[in-house]
Amino acid sequence: MLKMTMPINPTYFTLLSALLFSIGMLGIFLNRRSIIIILMSIELLLLSVNINLVAFSAFHQNITGQIFTMFVLTVAAAEAAIGLAILVVFFRNKGSIKVEDTQQLKG
Amino acid sequence: MNLFFFLFASITVLSAIAVISSRNPVHSVLFLILAFVNSAGLFVLAGAEFLAMILLIVYVGAVAVLFLFVVMMLNISLEEIKNQVKKYFYSGLFVGLVLMVELFFSFSNLDLIRNKNIEVINNKNLTNTHLIGSVMYTEYFFVFQLSGCILLVAMIGAIVLTLRRREGVLRQDISKQVSRKKKDSIELINVKNDNAN
Repeated sequence: MLKMTMPINPTYFTLLSALLFSIGMLGIFLNRRSIIIILMSIELLLLSVNINLVAFSAFHQNITGQIFTMFVLTVAAAEAAIGLAILVVFFRNKGSIKVEDTQQLKG
Repeated sequence: MNLFFFLFASITVLSAIAVISSRNPVHSVLFLILAFVNSAGLFVLAGAEFLAMILLIVYVGAVAVLFLFVVMMLNISLEEIKNQVKKYFYSGLFVGLVLMVELFFSFSNLDLIRNKNIEVINNKNLTNTHLIGSVMYTEYFFVFQLSGCILLVAMIGAIVLTLRRREGVLRQDISKQVSRKKKDSIELINVKNDNAN
């Protein structure tokens, strides 16, 4: 197994994941033009959560964080598949993928 | 090691910014792949080698390629999506800044993690893969089964959503072929033979 010579402060990992989470949230709010960028921003959010889980798993010497990272990966893959399928059906019906066009359910 | 951490972290953050700000969705997907590869490097630095390889296989090998296929199939026109950026810019920037400041304060005030350093998990000289397997298949066995069920439901859902039956396409109907009987299709007719000598 890999031995580390110079350890890394876990504060850096948490700050990095906070930064990534903010960037992903900003992407959801900013990109109102296409749903596919919003799906990529959701992937970024899940990635930042994964980084946080792995950092705390290494910090607490507990493997459970890495196991839950695998479950988060599973859910992220399922979410990407379903989201892209919905996107394809939406494009087939409307001819565009803009968020403003999803207003048929307005009542 | 700190040098590698800052290298991977800065490339990850820069490519995440490029994901949400680039005009072309194909460039966004490619920057997303770059972000995932660099965070796999971060996972290796934190001592999670197996998860780093899983991240490469699952995200770069499957999810990002799926994104690329969908982006190429949809054929989105670039001029149409260019002029919609400014409308929500300030509200989105406000929300993102508030979230970032909150997260920074809450993380930098954790006294728990301030002066301690990450060490690699290695209790009994087991490899990382061995440790994950020994806990996942015993303690979290039902959660593991449940995640398999989630993947199955996602697969069926994606197939059902994108399945489309078109009219006017010739295709084989297996049950119709199998259930065809001899008396439905063959008719025996006695023909009188006039040229008999």
